Amino acid sequence: MLQNPTAGSLGWFARHEFNLSWRDFVRMMSAGKPGREKAVVVFMFLAVIITHAIAYMFLGNSVGNIDTGSKSILLTVSGCIALTFSLMMSQAMELVTRTFYSRSDLDLVLSSPVNEKRVFAVRIGAIAIATSMLPMLLFGSVINVLAIFDNASWLAGYPIIFAFGALATAISLAIAVLMFKTLGAKKTRLATQIIAAVVGAGFIIGIQIAAIVSLDNISRFSFFQSDLMLAIAPGVESLIWLPARGTAGELGPLLQTLLICCAILGLMILVFAPRFGEYVIEAAGIGQTRKIDQPKHLTFRERSKRTSLIFKEWKLLLRDHWLISQSLMQILYLVPPAFMLWRGFGSAETISGVALPILVMAAGQLAGGLAWLAISGEDAPQLVQTAPIPQGMIIRAKVEAVLGAIAILVFPILVLIAFMDFVAMLIAAAGIAAASVSATMIQLWFRSQANRASFRRRQTSSKVATFSEAFSSIMWAGATGLIAAGYWFISPALIFCAFLVLWIARSFRPQKDF
Amino acid sequence: MDFALEVAGLAKTFDRPAVNDLSFKVRAGEFYALLGPNGAGKTTSLRMVAGLLKQDMGTIKVFGKDTVTDPIAVKQMVAWVPDEPMIYDRLTPLEYLEFVAGLWGIPAKEAQKNANELLDWLRLAPHAHERCEGFSKGMRQKVALAGALVHDPKLIILDEPLTGLDAGSARLVKDVLLSRVEQGCSVIMTTHILEVAERMAERIGVIAGGKLIAEGTLEELRAAGGRGERSLEEIFLELVGDDTFNDAEAA
Repeated sequence: MLQNPTAGSLGWFARHEFNLSWRDFVRMMSAGKPGREKAVVVFMFLAVIITHAIAYMFLGNSVGNIDTGSKSILLTVSGCIALTFSLMMSQAMELVTRTFYSRSDLDLVLSSPVNEKRVFAVRIGAIAIATSMLPMLLFGSVINVLAIFDNASWLAGYPIIFAFGALATAISLAIAVLMFKTLGAKKTRLATQIIAAVVGAGFIIGIQIAAIVSLDNISRFSFFQSDLMLAIAPGVESLIWLPARGTAGELGPLLQTLLICCAILGLMILVFAPRFGEYVIEAAGIGQTRKIDQPKHLTFRERSKRTSLIFKEWKLLLRDHWLISQSLMQILYLVPPAFMLWRGFGSAETISGVALPILVMAAGQLAGGLAWLAISGEDAPQLVQTAPIPQGMIIRAKVEAVLGAIAILVFPILVLIAFMDFVAMLIAAAGIAAASVSATMIQLWFRSQANRASFRRRQTSSKVATFSEAFSSIMWAGATGLIAAGYWFISPALIFCAFLVLWIARSFRPQKDF
Repeated sequence: MDFALEVAGLAKTFDRPAVNDLSFKVRAGEFYALLGPNGAGKTTSLRMVAGLLKQDMGTIKVFGKDTVTDPIAVKQMVAWVPDEPMIYDRLTPLEYLEFVAGLWGIPAKEAQKNANELLDWLRLAPHAHERCEGFSKGMRQKVALAGALVHDPKLIILDEPLTGLDAGSARLVKDVLLSRVEQGCSVIMTTHILEVAERMAERIGVIAGGKLIAEGTLEELRAAGGRGERSLEEIFLELVGDDTFNDAEAA
């Protein structure tokens, strides 16, 4: 029979953390609504089946005859690990920073007579596990398909993901502490958020740009299997392939990778956990500091009620560092199509096939985020509601603020397209407008009062809103690409699907009391 | 007699009746305190007056204008101050006041004059260009109050405005409210601090179970039940009974 761990021990804290994380997970999946657990289980079961089917289709004929010792396979597996690692680094940096800055129960823990080192050691360990979970969910289907149809040894991919999750946590911890010491508590939060966004998107984008330069192709996998990469990469006996060999199930490389990564994490915990409390206390002080805005003299401007609302939204969006870091990743994804436009100057095929759909998709997703902030993330909803302004004008002003921000962001890219192909620019503008308006309308239908800090969790508040926002952006992106490529006769089907998605979303919208 | 606020037969039901056939009137230029135990329906009633909730039944008139048929005209005259100050962390107090004045359509020159006076009065002038994100609860409440007053409302509705304020800030807020009443403004306020209601309010309404159970000046309340020289706290407890019962019911 298992004994309850002693209060204040590592095991006791670990159990406490596990309980909190589990409840957090259930709340996130069920959007805080009781009785949804069964629906979540059914949804997850379906998701598992669909992702495995997709993985099988993706791997196609290659399963069953994979030569794990070939340079090409080692290169592809290593590339996948590197891509996954960049995502894990991004997530770990965010989680580590959040541990520094979120007060939650830290006031209680730090003021209690327990050994705080244990709490932080458990929390860092929990970050490593949380960081590994998402890639395991994302790539689990690929690993399973390989294990079933090729060789069971591919299951070693799971411990390798955990090993790199631990490494990402260790590096993130070191970076965060280093920045804390050099930049101070106040600047570290913003800096780590920006670094997390850049790291998360940067590697993928870098590979895409390299693929565009070398292959005139945006595919990451083509790049890993290219002759250029095969020529540059070291021989198969090199230590660089250790993680890839471990993933393929070679016991020695697997254990070595696990040992090295976990040892680095253990070392970081030993070094930093004892001082974690000091950083948390230092970070707590920044809530008391005040930022002074220049100039020190403000002359009130004559503005209509509508423009007052629009300017307020823009001012808040510009000053929202959290939003900037969160949106940076989406904006960064516009870099490869922009680069492709620059490289493929005059090539209509590259514009229509790749650049325009990505542009439309990114604009739709960005509009959804901004619309959530402006509509649901209103900090003073009671002030706005009690103002002598018709409800319709408030909504219109917020929608205008969102669409105006999108227009400013995509304008330079549209100018670039116009130089190459004026008609393509008009089609892109129409696609961006349609995707942005659709995403904004969906956020409007599913608006629910929330704190701006909950921006990261906006996707869990309504699954219908999240999926319809994504599907409508995909449909508009597809339609834009088809029209630009001259297949305008197919595009009405996608436009119809986009409207169908909107109609379904609208019929699922919750009823508002006021 | 002019009435700033006329509430008649007001009712609102959520999963249970929160406000049930509530009627009362606030005179123009009067300071009116609405008291009641937790869950009595005070905040729900005031939210309906401020236009934040739609009533199921009944009418609400502000200076003769109906909140349902003429909501914009009513809102133009009203200011709402909730217990949790709702301001923008990333705006400075001056920017916040500029925004509020813009929402109420106050000419820029007049708004700037009002804003500077209010910030001086509420001792926020040294912090006028600092973002509100680092402000204490008291400072935030003062910024929210300045926002409520910058458009010169005729009726100010306050829901527990003194909660969490230190003695100095509470005194300042009370002084500002009394001075507005002296200038002809009407104030309706809920509070759990009965001494405040006793000292500041001209008339007091006691609400329980969503209904008005007593109303009048302190002397009238004392006289109504033959309560002699008893304090408002004693009268209140006698009227509403056991607070614990109401809390459990509200929960």
